[in-house]
Amino acid sequence: MNAPVRNTNVQLMNGNHAVAWGVRLLSPDVAPLYPITPQTPILEKLIDFQSQDVLSTRLLTPESEHSAMAGAIAASATGARVFTATSSQGLLLMHELLHYAAGARLPIVMFNVNRTPAAPWGFWPDQIDSLSQRDTGWIQLYTETPQESLDTTIQAFRIAEACEMPVMVNHDAFYVSHAVEPVEIPDQEMVQNFAKKPDRSLWLETGSIRSIGTPIGQAGWNETRREMDVAMQRVVGLTEEAGRVWGEQTGRHYGPLDFYRTDDAEVVFVTMGSMAGTAREAVDTLRRNGVAAGLIRVRLFRPLPISGLRAALAKIPTAIVLDRNYSPGLGGVLHQELKAELYGMENAPRMHGMLAGVGGVNVPPETLEKLVIDYKDAEQSQSPIWVD
Amino acid sequence: MKDAVETPLNEAEFHINDYIRLEQMPHFLCPGCGHGIALRALLWAVHELGIDKDKLAIVSGIGCSGRLSAYIDANTFHTTHGRPLAYATGLALARPDLHVIVITGDGDSLAIGGNHLIHACRRNLNLTCMMLNNEIYGMTGGQVSPTTSPDRYTTTTPAGNTEPVFDACALATAAGAGFVGREVTMQVTGLKNLMRDAIQHDGFSFVEVISDCTEIYGRKNDLGNSPEMILSQKSQMRPDAYRNTVDVPFRPNALTCGVLTKTDRPEYGKAYRDMTARLRGEGK
Ligand SMILES: Cc1ncc(C[n+]2csc(CCOP(=O)(O)OP(=O)(O)O)c2C)c(N)n1
Ligand code: SF4
Ligand SMILES: [Mg+2]
Repeated sequence: MNAPVRNTNVQLMNGNHAVAWGVRLLSPDVAPLYPITPQTPILEKLIDFQSQDVLSTRLLTPESEHSAMAGAIAASATGARVFTATSSQGLLLMHELLHYAAGARLPIVMFNVNRTPAAPWGFWPDQIDSLSQRDTGWIQLYTETPQESLDTTIQAFRIAEACEMPVMVNHDAFYVSHAVEPVEIPDQEMVQNFAKKPDRSLWLETGSIRSIGTPIGQAGWNETRREMDVAMQRVVGLTEEAGRVWGEQTGRHYGPLDFYRTDDAEVVFVTMGSMAGTAREAVDTLRRNGVAAGLIRVRLFRPLPISGLRAALAKIPTAIVLDRNYSPGLGGVLHQELKAELYGMENAPRMHGMLAGVGGVNVPPETLEKLVIDYKDAEQSQSPIWVD
Repeated sequence: MKDAVETPLNEAEFHINDYIRLEQMPHFLCPGCGHGIALRALLWAVHELGIDKDKLAIVSGIGCSGRLSAYIDANTFHTTHGRPLAYATGLALARPDLHVIVITGDGDSLAIGGNHLIHACRRNLNLTCMMLNNEIYGMTGGQVSPTTSPDRYTTTTPAGNTEPVFDACALATAAGAGFVGREVTMQVTGLKNLMRDAIQHDGFSFVEVISDCTEIYGRKNDLGNSPEMILSQKSQMRPDAYRNTVDVPFRPNALTCGVLTKTDRPEYGKAYRDMTARLRGEGK
């Protein structure tokens, strides 16, 4: 095994430009894109790269996200490697075609910038846009930093193409999309070897007659979902493998779950996206004050890494789930998913579902520290709790 | 039937502060943006017609243009990108007593919402659509739109635009709009008069306002600052914009403004109400 090549090419950039860099290194064949705040810098950076002749991808700017996804589906159906990016209303407008892309088993990679949906209008970080697409068949990953967004964009192609399912990678509006941090740009040859395009089993080619989307009987339709189920069962393993190999090449290791100071923890935060950064700070302060706190960041949300979560949480008495989203009538989506996944488990932690940062309101580390003090030894909360 | 047709024109002097939400000031438009001029002309027309603000419903899409609804002191509805005409259709059918005015942009009504525009024209329901054409997606930072002139630079056309453009007025006429007009923001009084006639028209009225995105489109294409952009509206910029799609009705070096189409096609709301009355056996 080769030692990781530490690349000296480090640049200051925001999360969206980091995504565009990931796309540039891989130069997929086609990328249909439609502008929407706060995704637009991805689109603009890709056009910038194209005009400098450092990106060979064919960029299309159709008249809506619905058309962008339709174009992505058709391009992917020819065997092309396809990328697109959107946010909030744009993702919601694509909804019909998200089901189509997954059902047609097209390994499209999409970057979504998590933003509040209307009404009322807002531009703030909130994950309900993508979480409300969870039943469409798209694999979903959530990242915490610009560097991770670059790295995950590349890993997403490898995962998608290995199981022929589309992948949506998400980062939070502004906190990640527009925050500027040093980002290491990996070596292009390494990237291209890492995500070599495999042969696809399904695509349209004019030499042999094939069709996509043809009406089918009940049993046939049922069969497509069984096949998707088989593909989805591979995703946790594929994500582990992609993150491990990436780590060997770059020194940056990733997995479906990210653990921080959980080994002897008596209370953990469980969250996704940029909230993890705040939670890390809270964990450090709590540890300094003698509280054995930790953090589990869920990076792969669909499919959820069930056995990993069960194994990690079995040892921990209390879990405080931080949801930057709100599903009306239900509560936080991650909280509900965890309750379902841990159902019936012996030694399951007492769980508290916190609606923290819904609509982008700021949640400082001190607030999280106080949650630990207040709920560490409390009975399991039945209803979600709105965090001030 | 809307009462404005019978209401005598308001003789009192027009003060824009009577029609805007002062608590929303300062507004977010860039200095020199043409959309502000269009807003003034619209409110001036509303004033002249003596429309009661409680009977005025402003429905807007999303964009710098769509943002104008937030500033109007009336019933306002800030909808979703491209869809204000679909919302307004429901509103106008349910409340024929209201004056329903849609404010939209070139991207809003010709790109993502193009479908709704042609069907609103075809139905000819009694509402007014004011489309602010600045040849760009202003709000999202200046991407190419269906009306961007050939060769213009935008963030998505760094080598100049090569896509053909729409002539929105020709499109609206062909799709059946009862009233179609165009005006430049340079002619504020003309624009006010056109908006007044459009609102009074019984049926679907479509007005294209030639507006300027000074800050993004103007800057990127070296079109000068706001006064220069406004002054060039009639002489240089616009004829070029449409050169490759239609020869008529444009003269080689000028843009046809004013009322371009006016028909007395049946208004859809009335036709619909007549039909329901017939089915209920009323008027037998
Ligand atoms: C479904 C959806 N996609 C994208 C957007 C982002 N968006 C907001 S305004 C806009 C373009 C507006 O252009 P135009 O209608 O010409 O209005 P202008 O700002 O130029 O007045 C876009 C793409 C959105 N709000 N909703
Ligand atoms: S970006 Fe352009 S259209 Fe929007 S307010 Fe500024 S000048 Fe006007
Ligand atoms: Mg515009």
